Amino acid sequence: MSGADPIETFRQEAQDLLEQIEQGLLDLAHRPGDRELVDAVFRGLHTLKGSGAMFGFDALAAFTHHCETAFDRVRKGEVAATPELVAVVLAAQDHMRALAEGRPASEVDGQALLDDLHRVVERAGQAEPAAAAAPALTTWRVRFSLPANALVNGTRPLPLLDELRELGDCHVIAVTDAVPALDALVPTECHLAWDVTLTTPHGRDAIEDVFIFVIDDMTLDIQRVDGPTTDEAVADVAAPTAVATQAEAAPEARGKSGDTVRVPAERLDEMMDRVGELVIAQSRLKQLSAASGDMALRSVAEEIERLANEMRDTMMVVRMVPIIQLFGRFRRLIHDLARDTGKSIELSTEGETTELDKTVIERLADPLIHLVRNAADHGLETPEERLAAGKPAAGQVLLAARQSGAEVLITITDDGRGVDRERVRAKAEESGLIAAGAVLNDEELLQLIFHPGFSTAKQITSLSGRGVGMDVVKRTVEGLRGTISLASTPGQGSQVSLRIPLTLAIIDGLLVRVGTGRYVIPLAAVEECVELSVEQDVRSTGRSVLTLRDQLVPFMRLRTLFNTGLAPDPHQKIVVVSTGRERVGLVVDQILGDHQTVIKSLSAFHADVETFSGATILGDGSVALILDVAHLVAAGQREEAQLRAAS
Amino acid sequence: MAHDEETGGMEVLTFDLHGETFALEAGLVREVLDLLPETDVPGAAPFVGQVINFRGRVIPLADLRLAFDMTAEPATVDSRIVVIEYAIDGEATLIGLRADKVHEVTSIPHDTTEEAPRVGMRWRQDFIRRLARRDGDLIVIPDLDQIFAARGRSTGAVTPINAPQS
Repeated sequence: MSGADPIETFRQEAQDLLEQIEQGLLDLAHRPGDRELVDAVFRGLHTLKGSGAMFGFDALAAFTHHCETAFDRVRKGEVAATPELVAVVLAAQDHMRALAEGRPASEVDGQALLDDLHRVVERAGQAEPAAAAAPALTTWRVRFSLPANALVNGTRPLPLLDELRELGDCHVIAVTDAVPALDALVPTECHLAWDVTLTTPHGRDAIEDVFIFVIDDMTLDIQRVDGPTTDEAVADVAAPTAVATQAEAAPEARGKSGDTVRVPAERLDEMMDRVGELVIAQSRLKQLSAASGDMALRSVAEEIERLANEMRDTMMVVRMVPIIQLFGRFRRLIHDLARDTGKSIELSTEGETTELDKTVIERLADPLIHLVRNAADHGLETPEERLAAGKPAAGQVLLAARQSGAEVLITITDDGRGVDRERVRAKAEESGLIAAGAVLNDEELLQLIFHPGFSTAKQITSLSGRGVGMDVVKRTVEGLRGTISLASTPGQGSQVSLRIPLTLAIIDGLLVRVGTGRYVIPLAAVEECVELSVEQDVRSTGRSVLTLRDQLVPFMRLRTLFNTGLAPDPHQKIVVVSTGRERVGLVVDQILGDHQTVIKSLSAFHADVETFSGATILGDGSVALILDVAHLVAAGQREEAQLRAAS
Repeated sequence: MAHDEETGGMEVLTFDLHGETFALEAGLVREVLDLLPETDVPGAAPFVGQVINFRGRVIPLADLRLAFDMTAEPATVDSRIVVIEYAIDGEATLIGLRADKVHEVTSIPHDTTEEAPRVGMRWRQDFIRRLARRDGDLIVIPDLDQIFAARGRSTGAVTPINAPQS
């Protein structure tokens, strides 16, 4: 990553910090007294200010400084973390985000935010004045050691000691027991530990605060010492414990520094490609070794097969990120929605550790935001309406994720009023989607919501119903090869379920042969496979319809579609595929079996060929195209409608 | 292209299509391959009717012969695939080009090249960037931008896809 643009690196870091700060603030809104949260927010602000200044984001640094100051006062107990303060810093945090991303941010707005901040801080300061009388002096024994690489990482022990001195009367002993012999000493490593006896009016928290920026990597032991202490006593016990704590500290510190590595997503894609190639080369090797009968070669081939498969599995896992990345954003959204709608909303999440391919997570963000907004804006009632209906005043929105097989099921559930069927029907009739008085079952009625151009919002609010409709959500989800469905009970709420494949890069497919070509049908879309009987074959020269358990299913001959021009096999098969509601049969010559498929996209030259969604490479190195089931079903239904009209 | 005017020459890979010699800027060429198993793409333009597996990537196989109204004859022992990297819609794309025979990398001095004449050509004039003369032979330097934009449709001569290049 040495070639990375430092500005870009800072922006990424700032992004992370701002998210941390935001989460901290939102938690703080619920647990105002939590010191750890206050510290976390303060640390985030401090780091943001520091690195902002380092990378030339002066406006950001200056602005952040004010928030940091405010939180410093909270930390010192001078000011309470009131909901107002949290709200104002949340707003300020949006401004910081704009500054960090280099978006134009108005200075006037910034100043207004700062004015708000100062006002709120003053008020909060009065509301809960600092701890009244200074407590009596206490003597503390503070023992600490830093990790060996602390100096390299820029931690300086002296200011820490100076800060301790500021707290009160201090007696410092450096513990040198862990310092190695001179010939083994690496001058950049820190082997010292310190044993400090401190007499101060401040409490334990104040002492811990001194170490706030290094506390993650160090060992710190603070003990209250009752009664007078003598220097000898301190020195006596100091030595062995200091050594012990440092020995414990070392492995822990090492474990932390190796936590995560940032890798550009495109590198992962490249690696994925290489692994795909490896798997293909490996299957060729397997064929060769099987043909040769050389036992030594065969065992090497098997070894490589195992490694290649493991490599592929690992690669899949590397691309997976927990869905909490996505769910985290919704807390803020709900916070803002509650404020703007005047509703009381409680968001709960389940299964945040469920993992999905990174690309999938990114593409899911917009549809989910829309669905959560819908739930809060349209689904939930006002507190008065809820109380009148005998429900608790606060509406519930539940975001849940869980893995089921090769898919992840994401549900957005609200306990609101449910979908108003009458309004859906009226709206659909008005816009000509259905004929007046058309007989629809409940599922069909609910499906109308996903129709392009359909929106039941009585008026366009700033929250939803602005152009983007459920049809866009549906299209995005289908673009991820997922499905979306809606269930709703009037008066009790609605649930939208998304089924999303774990990864975009790999699908399970059914390998079929049509003429001489081999094609892959995504297994998730396959309902069943049946034989094309001779009668059907003959009868269906005009209309191609198959009767499947009393239901008519149109079928298409892929031979005709692909112009193979050869005589068909005597025993053709029909693969019945569906997109949830509509089904179509695809006539193929032979079903070759299951095939796990690494999806390769087709070039711009073939973007206009809608029959295929991509391609894959088979074990023998040849290319097979992947059928776009949604498109084929639509085409099949269209053709069937035309034939019906013509006959 | 500006640079051949300035340097006075261009490095090219020459190859045959139906008895005519063509040249591609050597910088575009990634690799010259023996024939590989091909997969038909039903419904695609005949010009890019197949895809191949090039080192684990699925890349289109284009047939320049169709852009120049040549009959596509069956492959021979000399047939090769020239893999080039070319920007299609702003995205670097690997494309395989069929060649009946591949010659060598050579230098074409700029003063031996000329604009394609506006009349009297058998081929779409905008498909040709320059013509070069060498030892009494004519070397065609195709305009890949135009050919790819038209998806190799040689008969669509009425409206060029892009504005003519300066």
